[in-house]
Amino acid sequence: MSAPFLWIIFPIGMGALLLLVGRERAVSVLGGLTTGALSLLALLIPIDTALLLGTASFKLQGTLSVLGRSFTLLPAHGLLLAILFGLAALWFFGAESLGLSRRLIPLSMMILGLLVASIAVQPFIFAALLIEIASLLAVPMLLTPNNKPGRGLVRFVIYQTLAMPFILFAGWLLTSIETSPGDVALTNAATSMLGIGFALLLAFFPLNVWIPMLFDEAPPYLAGFLMWLLPLVTTLFAMGFLDKYSFLRGSEQLLTALRFSGILMILASGLWSTFERHLGRLMGYAVIAETGFLLIGLSLANADGVQAVFMQMIPRGVVFAVWAYALTIIAAHADSLRFYDIQGALRVVPLASMAVIAAGLSAAGLPLLADFPARLILLQELATKSPTLLAAVMLGLLGMLVGVVRTVSAMAAAPAEAAWEAHEETTQRIWLGAGILALFVLGVLPQIINPLLKNLPALFSRLGG
Amino acid sequence: MSSTFITWFVVALVLVTSVGLLISRDWRWNLGLMAAQYFGVFILISQTWPFGLASVKLVTGWMACAALGVTRLGLPEGESPLESAWPQGRAFRLFAASIVIALVLASAPNMEALVPGINAGVVRAGLFLAGMGLLHLGITAEPLRVALGLLTFLAGFEVLYASIETSVLLAGLFAIVNLGLALVGSYWMSAAQPAESAQ
Repeated sequence: MSAPFLWIIFPIGMGALLLLVGRERAVSVLGGLTTGALSLLALLIPIDTALLLGTASFKLQGTLSVLGRSFTLLPAHGLLLAILFGLAALWFFGAESLGLSRRLIPLSMMILGLLVASIAVQPFIFAALLIEIASLLAVPMLLTPNNKPGRGLVRFVIYQTLAMPFILFAGWLLTSIETSPGDVALTNAATSMLGIGFALLLAFFPLNVWIPMLFDEAPPYLAGFLMWLLPLVTTLFAMGFLDKYSFLRGSEQLLTALRFSGILMILASGLWSTFERHLGRLMGYAVIAETGFLLIGLSLANADGVQAVFMQMIPRGVVFAVWAYALTIIAAHADSLRFYDIQGALRVVPLASMAVIAAGLSAAGLPLLADFPARLILLQELATKSPTLLAAVMLGLLGMLVGVVRTVSAMAAAPAEAAWEAHEETTQRIWLGAGILALFVLGVLPQIINPLLKNLPALFSRLGG
Repeated sequence: MSSTFITWFVVALVLVTSVGLLISRDWRWNLGLMAAQYFGVFILISQTWPFGLASVKLVTGWMACAALGVTRLGLPEGESPLESAWPQGRAFRLFAASIVIALVLASAPNMEALVPGINAGVVRAGLFLAGMGLLHLGITAEPLRVALGLLTFLAGFEVLYASIETSVLLAGLFAIVNLGLALVGSYWMSAAQPAESAQ
């Protein structure tokens, strides 16, 4: 048995099998239990380490060879896999009460397997192709039959596809640089190609208009899952480049460009959030801002930056899950997620409304909520670089806060005679309550996730060491 | 000598097919041009890759065309309303294509300098395809055309990348991506139809 089989091939196969299962509950239970079990196994079984089980010894091989190339998972990947599969299990269990299990889980399991493959593939440059295949798999999840593909979805596919060649070619140029270091033209070409590729993949400003569109077109829970996972794994892919090539992490121009891109994404998201009148699109802007924070962490190119990136992993997953879950419930009780249509939502779906507000406040970096600890580290680091940049980020966060305040205002606006009558189902209330509680717990006691995160920087030893 | 002649003949072929894709409005012609384009891509790639591996590109490309064609065949005739919002004139498209050709001819020497030993014809063919694919994506929003634009862009890149990297896994992954794009295009086309017309 090899680790890549367990965390790559098995989820892909299981996802394919679940496509054949017709019942929502069965898909949710099977999908959730499988990913939960894979998460536990990743926690308990060390990769590439011999274990003694009584008299027998057992070793989970870290490498699987496929067509002359290999997929390699290192011992340090264990915790990363535990987090990714654990959070995916939460998303999958939650999908059942929204009636989205069959749409989300089979394809998402395959996407998850492919994205793990993108982390494990050697040479790591092939990850670009695996990310592209994962993106293509997301299309049937986001678009149901008898619906025209929206502009957001079309742009998503176009940008992800255009990104791949740039990254592959940049990877080849970087290999050439290893053999002839000091070639300025080659270095510039490689850096530019890499920049364009990741700008498309991670949706740098202004290539990110499709994200809010996607949240407008597809159920927020499905778009939320994709936007939780895809940018996160892409960021890890980008960290691989910085870790491997010293001239990249030593390039002040590249790091500055990354930092400015991240800040611009946060600032623009804040600005658009201030004027946005659609709850789904507001979440889309928060996704863009979150990616902006990941980029700022990346731009630090040091141990603190790596730590900050990993610190965002779990809160990001929880915040987006709670937000998307609540939005899907609100959407089910309103004509649309426009402010005009959600007036009075606080009286109809109070817990879902509170979850949207709490998640929005967390994304805006409010203290005592899940995103705050990682935000604080990044803001402190940014303050040492430039107070102006810090002010720009704070302005972006302020814009997001205004967006949340306007959301509260829209949700609270209802005729005086409207009754307070909660319409969430019991299961939904449990999930929402647990989600809101988790947002506070992660904000007040951030150290509880430290055991999961402490060894992750070892994945990028040169960058995080 | 004959190899050089074949290369430049194929460069001309892919130029004609990619410009043809841009100006033709009939989906049957488009898919025929696409199939011919994949034949050109196969000839170019077979110069650097083993014949068997290069033929994967041809088979995959034709399968992609078949997938798109079969789906389009089942849909009602008539141009998508999405298309009418974009520049329609053939003259405009030819003008835009000529700009791309000029850009490719100007930038090809830089590309040759970046990749030592690469065939000049291969560089031009790859850049023509990638450029025309990008142009296609820039002037259309219709599902079939978006898929064709993406496949054309990718074909151009594959022609270039085949000169620098030979790997069975890579060929396999590219085949999956090409087929995936064709299936996504097919899904978009069929999903965009009301239930009764799709039956």
